[in-house]
Amino acid sequence: MLTPVTDADGAPFWEYAAQGELRVQTCADCGEPRFPPRPCCPHCQSFAGEWRPVSGRGRVWSYVVPHPPLLPDYAEQAPYNVIVVELADAPRIRLVGNLVTHAGAPLGSFDPDRVRIGTRVRVVFSGGLPQWVLA
Amino acid sequence: MAGTGLKDATAIVGIGQTAFARQLPEDERTLACRAVLAALDDAGIAPGEVDALASYTMEETDEVELAKAVGLGDLTFFSKVGFGGGGSCATVAHLAAAIAAGQADVGVAWRSRKRGSGPRPWTGTAVQLPTPGQWTRPFGLLRPADEIAMLARRYMHEYGATRDHLFNVALACRNRANQNPAAIMYDRPLTREMYMTSRWISEPLCLYDNCLETDGALACVVVSAERARDCRRRPVYVHSAAQGLPAQHHGMVNYWNDDPLTGPAWTAARHLWKHADLTPEDVDVAQIYDAFTALVPLSLEGYGFCGRGEGGAFTEQGALEIGGRLPLNTGGGGLSEAYVHGFNLINEGVRQLRGTSTAQVPGAATCLVTAGEGVPTSALLLRS
Repeated sequence: MLTPVTDADGAPFWEYAAQGELRVQTCADCGEPRFPPRPCCPHCQSFAGEWRPVSGRGRVWSYVVPHPPLLPDYAEQAPYNVIVVELADAPRIRLVGNLVTHAGAPLGSFDPDRVRIGTRVRVVFSGGLPQWVLA
Repeated sequence: MAGTGLKDATAIVGIGQTAFARQLPEDERTLACRAVLAALDDAGIAPGEVDALASYTMEETDEVELAKAVGLGDLTFFSKVGFGGGGSCATVAHLAAAIAAGQADVGVAWRSRKRGSGPRPWTGTAVQLPTPGQWTRPFGLLRPADEIAMLARRYMHEYGATRDHLFNVALACRNRANQNPAAIMYDRPLTREMYMTSRWISEPLCLYDNCLETDGALACVVVSAERARDCRRRPVYVHSAAQGLPAQHHGMVNYWNDDPLTGPAWTAARHLWKHADLTPEDVDVAQIYDAFTALVPLSLEGYGFCGRGEGGAFTEQGALEIGGRLPLNTGGGGLSEAYVHGFNLINEGVRQLRGTSTAQVPGAATCLVTAGEGVPTSALLLRS
């Protein structure tokens, strides 16, 4: 499986995820959350950032169901869902992830036919990666 | 000259291409040379007269190798455009700008690619690029098809677009390919049943929603309008040109701005029409970038052929077929002629305005050509 190759801006996201926390980069001056992480705030141009905890609740904004040909580890689990989650407390922050049956479950564990746009989900963590389960 | 713009200041006077196939024996550099020489021959211009080149950043044959191999003159302008298929029309736009500004006299744009027999770029993601791969790849969003399917699903949900609408796009391209002996799918008709029962690639996109993996190369020659009058072929004027990278855009996974369903096409279109004497109503035929069927409804909206959310419905009642409101991808497009990062759409636009297409739109005098939607893009408005 692919593991995140982080850059300097994104590393804190993954460090918090490894501790079981979902945090979003936020401007320390104007308070605007932003994703993906980057050096400065596109609204006020401040370089002062902080990582603010979010509730970890959201709704499915969109989803796909990949089928092979895929990289081998993923082909083994296909068909699986990939979802984009719109966070409840930061609606313009959308995270790519997977809807699974429980924390640590494989990508294909949740029946792809049951995924719907608008489905309420909440974050769980497994191996440093955020996953999503039905809320 | 400041402020006069590009309008009809330059023209495409030569086009060239190799065969298109799943597998060609020659390497990309050789194919590039063949396409460039064919385009210069078509224009009736000697290689030694070329002083400008433009291609994509993903092009593997560099300017030095190409210029040396085919015997170009001293180059005074060379340019490469980023973002894969988003760069196609910008190669011509850069040459047009350089020539209009006096930086060069004869420009060649080209693209050579072996994707039919070569590896697909996404299979090299065993170690993904740091950004944006870290936000998508670990979750199994691996391929361009997956990334665009995500936008397609949202689009279908928001606006009620259907798989039949996507089929309309695939069918129009295939029908035109069936008229084009150079197209990979020349002898392969498509039916609705084939489409609806084909295998999934990334739901909601099926096999026929995806472009062809192709080996091949294409090129075209750009000169000033004045010079064009003395060339062998009827000039096809670059009436307007634009690039588009919208505020807060993010690569091909544009899920993170306020309105992910208004992509680069909207930005390019605003500039394109602002500097044109024409409106979408005046476009006789369109070559719209079709790496995936789902990009076409988005582009139809972005370039102003219909309103927000109406791109799916626009495809109904044969609108994209010959005789319809907007005949589309008349060589077969990326879906059914060849996928060479959209350069075949440029050459087909030129053929339409010369009156030499295999699926000629009667009296076509204006053609919109677009580059990849979903990535930072570009577009050309051509006229005869």
